[in-house]
Amino acid sequence: MQKRLLSMFIIPMMIAFVSISFSSCKGVKDSDLQTSIETALKANPDLSSLAVTVKDGVATIAGECKDDALKAKCEELAKGIKGVKNVINNCTITPPPPAPAPVEIAVDDPLMKAVADATKDFPTVKAAVKDGVITLTGEIKKANLSKLMMVLNTLKPKKIENQLTIK
Amino acid sequence: MALQDKYRELVDAATASGVTALQVREQDSILYIDGEAPSGDVKDKLWDIYGKIDPDFRAGDVVMNINVSAMAAGSRAKVTTEKSNLNIRKGPGTDQPIVGKAAHHELVTLVSKTNDQWWLIRTDDGEEGYAYAQYLTVEG
Repeated sequence: MQKRLLSMFIIPMMIAFVSISFSSCKGVKDSDLQTSIETALKANPDLSSLAVTVKDGVATIAGECKDDALKAKCEELAKGIKGVKNVINNCTITPPPPAPAPVEIAVDDPLMKAVADATKDFPTVKAAVKDGVITLTGEIKKANLSKLMMVLNTLKPKKIENQLTIK
Repeated sequence: MALQDKYRELVDAATASGVTALQVREQDSILYIDGEAPSGDVKDKLWDIYGKIDPDFRAGDVVMNINVSAMAAGSRAKVTTEKSNLNIRKGPGTDQPIVGKAAHHELVTLVSKTNDQWWLIRTDDGEEGYAYAQYLTVEG
């Protein structure tokens, strides 16, 4: 009976006790691990903004990485620290910046009206609009050219073809 | 990229002189430069540089849409026509009937912006209507 109790209860308890004392003896404090991982990440400017927490030797990394390679890299760095048992990699990949919006080109009807407004005070200038392209013909005084161009350039044309004769 | 090189001085000057919301895009071999200049002087300076790189604006490879951010509702603006009065119209368009006039160098109040070309303005006599933004200059 006693022998049975020993094998069923005491031996597993002893094993548990030994293993606990063994691991706690060998284990590094979580806070020290966290400092070591943070130091390793700070050395790389692409990883320096990541946040690390360590609990029972398991490191959790969070934050934004530029790409998959950097995400793998931070995990590798943390795993390389002695005493880290496992790494939970919660890093997200920063989405690439959106492509610049295409240039907005005015449609011909309102553009034609706006061009008529802009050229009203320059009766010697003729302007035609087709597919967003303003074509200027006729004559203009040199002093007025930039005034006219300044306004036409704000009308969102595709292009301005200046064929004016400059006087 | 060749266009960006050709007009680099212009874009650099825009950046250096505090143009906000600056966008430089190349599309179908035309360089589109958009932004808000802090003052009319900055806008004029950028146009000088543009005119130096492309004399008389013949190349047709740039559309430079630079507005002056100082033009804001509530501001006072001077009528900067060459010498004539500025027409005040019922609506935003030269096809709209004229409802009043502002004298050359008169100060008016900017009420609201319709678009980059037309502003609703009010004169000190209480006349209200639309005027062409090109002839209005906010004094800094």
